[in-house]
Amino acid sequence: MHPALSVILFTTASGAGYGIIFWLGVLGETGAYPPDRTFGLLAFGLGLGGITAGLLASTAHLGHPERAWRAFSQWRTSWLSREGVASLATYVPAGLFGIGWVFLGENREIWGFLGVLAAAASVVTIVCTAYIYRSLKTIQRWCNAWVLPNYLALAAMTGALWLDLAAVLTGEPFTPGAEAALCSIPVAAFLKFGYWRFIDATHSTSTAESATGLGSLGKVRLFEAPHTSDNYLMKEMGFHIARKHATKLRCIAVIAGFVLPCLLTAIALAMPGAIRVIAVLIAAPLATAGVLVERWLFFAEARHTVTLYYGASTA
Amino acid sequence: MTSLPPPGAKRLGLVIDLDICVGCHACAVNCKEWNSGGMAAPLTDLQPYGVEPDGVWFNRVHTFEAGEGATGRTVHFPRSCLHCAEPDCVTVCPTGASYKRAEDGIVLVNEDLCIGCKLCSWACPYGAREFDSDAGVMKKCTLCADRIYNEALEEVDRVPACVATCPVSARHFGDLGDPQSEVSLLVAARGGYDLMPEMGYKPTNKYLPPRPRRDQTTCGAAPVALAPVVVAEADGFLGWIDRLLSR
Repeated sequence: MHPALSVILFTTASGAGYGIIFWLGVLGETGAYPPDRTFGLLAFGLGLGGITAGLLASTAHLGHPERAWRAFSQWRTSWLSREGVASLATYVPAGLFGIGWVFLGENREIWGFLGVLAAAASVVTIVCTAYIYRSLKTIQRWCNAWVLPNYLALAAMTGALWLDLAAVLTGEPFTPGAEAALCSIPVAAFLKFGYWRFIDATHSTSTAESATGLGSLGKVRLFEAPHTSDNYLMKEMGFHIARKHATKLRCIAVIAGFVLPCLLTAIALAMPGAIRVIAVLIAAPLATAGVLVERWLFFAEARHTVTLYYGASTA
Repeated sequence: MTSLPPPGAKRLGLVIDLDICVGCHACAVNCKEWNSGGMAAPLTDLQPYGVEPDGVWFNRVHTFEAGEGATGRTVHFPRSCLHCAEPDCVTVCPTGASYKRAEDGIVLVNEDLCIGCKLCSWACPYGAREFDSDAGVMKKCTLCADRIYNEALEEVDRVPACVATCPVSARHFGDLGDPQSEVSLLVAARGGYDLMPEMGYKPTNKYLPPRPRRDQTTCGAAPVALAPVVVAEADGFLGWIDRLLSR
């Protein structure tokens, strides 16, 4: 599948944003973070800013961005529509929770309840995002049980790292964000390895034989394509550029996304002061870069059944 | 609404005979011609005479080789929208632009509602939908909905453009929901099948497999001698010249 930059930015930025809101809700309600104003301002700014930037980036993928509002109508059947509705709905509890935290200095009781509601809405939104891909039967590398936990864990991981960065920048001595990151990074890494292991070992039940129905005659191969240059289908669904670099890119994603942020977070927790600040300032952007590479691979390595009509023997 | 309508009695679709198709691409060309002025018009072409021509087509003719050696076959394979009974391309649409008609089962796009998110093309296993990057909307086969009910046309012409133009009658159009229709009987007689049935989209269009090859065991044996060509004997003056020159 063609890795559209707008969609990669959308899933990565919004994922991290919802991760921040999720942890703010959970860690605020439990009292792990006090309702400090400057910290709240930066953390909610990063969270809601990331979400908004991601959603705006996603409209760049549309042929008619000015009609994007129509996408809120078909939530009965469409995960993309549900994602749109959920993303907008999350602003309400998240915004109120933010007002309570930043302006009223409250993040427990009724305000904490709003935080938990915002956290739940964030989870629902990421579930919808993951299911846009998870629900496509045409792409076996997306339509499997690994996709949803991967999206959730990567959002939680990047969200926790950015939350810790906000804490460090505003002089917050508390470190629940770093602890949350330290817990979620190994989980996310495990799930990503599980996903890669799965897609490397399996492929779609559809073949060139089932796509053409000519299997009874023997092995089916493309003799002549319908057209001489690439069409939309081949550019969008038949994307295979840089697949040969997949192994290297996976290494980059693992080191930048999981290994180094995990080490840096551990260092930050062990050593307060300037070292903590430096480690945290590197960890969050580095992990996000790693997730961007991971998300690029998620698209570039996905194989669509339409390629079976264009010479692929399996999808 | 992108919710699918309850299954209707009428299911219009195509039956494509892979035994007969000669791969001439006339169906694809006539499809392009009709639909360049039809309800989904224009079918944008980018750089039509350039190095990398790219454009929207609703019908594409692939050619496959199946099997090996003497039992191998070359099969021409037209590919277009199958107007599935359970099309995910409709249900994934976030705006309601994609829809399936209850009255005849045709799957269509309302271009005024389409936001161009391309998700429907991702959801189609068959590559039936092509994005028009110029118009910013998704386009697809309409089963010539603007032809088949068009009373301005002669009744014989009220069939999809691809069917009307096929020079070898490899394409048939009709109601596959009616088990007694000509197309349904043809499918039953010839063992018509669904493409990628494992996807569960329940395509309406059916493909008829190539017929079993006739016994060709004599092929490759000693060539059969042809009967001598009968030479007309000339007579009269020309006969005399012939005999004279033949000495």
